[in-house]
Amino acid sequence: MTDLLYTEIENDLRASVREVLEDKAPWTSVLAGTEKDEPYDAALWTALAGQLGCAGLPVPEDLGGAGASWREAAVVMEELGRAAAPVPFLTGSVVATAALLAAGERDLLGRVAAGERIAVLAVPFGTAPGADPAAGPAAPAVSGGALTGEVRSVADGLAADVFLVPAAGGLYAVDAASPDGGHVRRTAVTSLDMTRRLADVVFAGAPARQVAQGADAVRAALLTGAALLASEQLGIAERCLDDTVAYVKTRYQFGRQIGSYQALKHRLADLWTSITQARAAARYAASCAAAGDADLPVAAAVAQAHCSAVAVKAAEECVQMHGGIGFTWEHQAHLFLKRAKADSIALGSPDRHRAALAELAGLPPA
Amino acid sequence: MSTAPPDADELGRRVEAFLAEHDPAATEPLEFLRARFDAGLAWVHYPEGHGGLGAPRALQPAVDRRFREAGSPSNQPERNGIGLGMAAPTVLSSGTEEQKRRFLRPLWTGEEIWCQLFSEPGAGSDLAALGTRAVRDGDHWIVNGQKVWTSMAHEARYALLVTRTDPDVPKHRGMTYFVCDMTAPGVEVRPLRQITGEAEFNEVFLTDVRVPDENRLGEVGDGWRVSTTTLMNERVAIGGAAAPREGGMIGVAAKLWRDRPELRTAGLHDALLRLWVETEAARLTGERLRQQLAVGKPGPEGSAAKLAFADLNQRASGLELELLGDDGLRYDDWTMRRPSEVDFTRRSPGYRYLRAKGNSIEGGTSEILRNIIAERVLGLPGEIRVDKDVPWKDLPK
Ligand SMILES: Cc1cc2nc3c(=O)[nH]c(=O)nc-3n(C[C@H](O)[C@H](O)[C@H](O)COP(=O)(O)OP(=O)(O)OC[C@H]3O[C@@H](n4cnc5c(N)ncnc54)[C@H](O)[C@@H]3O)c2cc1C
Repeated sequence: MTDLLYTEIENDLRASVREVLEDKAPWTSVLAGTEKDEPYDAALWTALAGQLGCAGLPVPEDLGGAGASWREAAVVMEELGRAAAPVPFLTGSVVATAALLAAGERDLLGRVAAGERIAVLAVPFGTAPGADPAAGPAAPAVSGGALTGEVRSVADGLAADVFLVPAAGGLYAVDAASPDGGHVRRTAVTSLDMTRRLADVVFAGAPARQVAQGADAVRAALLTGAALLASEQLGIAERCLDDTVAYVKTRYQFGRQIGSYQALKHRLADLWTSITQARAAARYAASCAAAGDADLPVAAAVAQAHCSAVAVKAAEECVQMHGGIGFTWEHQAHLFLKRAKADSIALGSPDRHRAALAELAGLPPA
Repeated sequence: MSTAPPDADELGRRVEAFLAEHDPAATEPLEFLRARFDAGLAWVHYPEGHGGLGAPRALQPAVDRRFREAGSPSNQPERNGIGLGMAAPTVLSSGTEEQKRRFLRPLWTGEEIWCQLFSEPGAGSDLAALGTRAVRDGDHWIVNGQKVWTSMAHEARYALLVTRTDPDVPKHRGMTYFVCDMTAPGVEVRPLRQITGEAEFNEVFLTDVRVPDENRLGEVGDGWRVSTTTLMNERVAIGGAAAPREGGMIGVAAKLWRDRPELRTAGLHDALLRLWVETEAARLTGERLRQQLAVGKPGPEGSAAKLAFADLNQRASGLELELLGDDGLRYDDWTMRRPSEVDFTRRSPGYRYLRAKGNSIEGGTSEILRNIIAERVLGLPGEIRVDKDVPWKDLPK
């Protein structure tokens, strides 16, 4: 059976990432960042990508990456989830990187892995693995090397230097900042998750270069993204539980710590139990992605169906058990609730993943 | 003569050598099992001389598999769950050398079945409140009291027995732990019929039972600490078994779903898939727990596993009945039988549904487990205690 624990190397990586995040992205500055116009925290991203080499973890060294695997990338996701960090890691270093790896696209991959460029897959953030975004009448179209179409709700769409656009026939790279800015128009979307913002993107005859044929690269990207998003959800849930446990120990009502009331203790014990399971499911999904295991579709669907719900539950309980303070803008809980809820829709809702499982496990609908 | 514990290769060689010397087909089963124990191939992580070789626990499944493939006799672990899951680790950690030598081998071979005389009518969740008295009489103890819900007492040769030896101190401090011979005069076992119709468990009446002091496990007054070992192992034993995907109750429901398209509805499909996902996550959690044990870092996940196991079994068996509709209205057998194992797979769906109700009560209720997780794992404040400094004899009962 796959190793579901954390290796020493992974724990070291976790410690380094956490240190950077504590230093550069405490929740107060994450919150302050949501009031700014910047699409992500560039200084934080430079520290993570440049100094720690996080951007290219699963990319082989000869292609400019760190030569690690999706398991290490998953550990980074956990930490980014714990901090609700506003950096394009999921979109650039996981989803787009998986697409480029599958496409065998070396040059761009190297620059993405080095953190010099941010690539983003141009699909609505809610797209589930198994969907083919290039199919359907509204999908972008390529003609004579120029791409035309609109994609709504692209995560980190404003952060992108390069878009990877699924269109009929394959996957196309489009320079986001093409000299003639009129070819690619991006509109910021007011997003539920203030720490990972969406954009609507219009391609108006943008010069496009084909990087892969068919839908395989996109499928790999979405599947890997779903598998690793579970680790971010685990991180969010752990953070919410930790914050809540700390709070109920210090808050007194009716002459007792509120954490001494069984009605709260039992809910927290249940939450801990689900998080324990989320950890196993997320680790398994990451391990399957790392090993190219044939069980990856099942592992990713199980992890998404389970971890999405656990993260949302943890964030909701966090708000509730903090009482009034948990409902304020001045408390960190809402950052995590917003990310947890958005993540539960991202890359396929739990319901979509259960539907995928129905097929994979041979349990057809009524 | 202490050498390094064997690794996987070395262990494999020892198994092959053992099988070469003891042909499973030609050896009398009990003799085979005894020899396997003596060769240290029973539970390989136990110490040498007590059925093991001090090897990593993770190597056990491979050894078991090889013995099974070779057609070796089974020690019928399903009949001796309390012995293997609880008694053995307790004897190992709290017993004297002499006690280990006396009890572990016949326990492992299945010659001697064990039961657990813990619960009493007045002391269930609050086990430390128990009142069964043990009074010293020279090198014996005289035991009087009543136990209840005792699984397998009717088949057991030995029991783990917790008693009150000092009523004048607060309850946790006045308990002492023994091994009780179930064939001793004064031990009376009466079947207690359960929700499923049969009687796995019993009431046990102890009247002037003489227990030799050499059967005491741990110090006088140290019974609570020893019991804690038993209870901890109980939770791991109940929730921590390895299973393949769809191995448990969910597999039964999934098979029914596949085999009987006419029973399917959209709502039940959703319920089935939700359960399937949770069961798979719980299975992976069990796998993580075993991997942690294997590298010598047991986590607190044992409690989570037991809690989840009870919940999932109850929901899956409930779903199965609902799915069956009219057929779910029929039961297989209300006869008061005395089964020697719990069989979730060969009985009717109605039996599964009813028997699963015990999963959240036996081995510590789900409420008590939540308290344990909240207090020991999350570090939340303990329940308000009104009984802590009160001598046991003065507690309200
Ligand atoms: C199938 C089965 C097999 C068993 N086998 C054995 C056996 O072999 N040997 C043996 O010794 N015992 C055995 N038991 C007994 C079992 O361990 C006890 O039934 C169990 O510990 C609960 O005790 P109780 O029945 O006295 O319930 P109580 O302790 O009276 O509990 C009643 C209810 O109150 C709740 N409750 C109690 N205290 C608290 C609290 N502090 N906070 C919140 N809720 C609380 C409980 O969760 C439960 O819902 C078995 C039980 C079953 C069902």
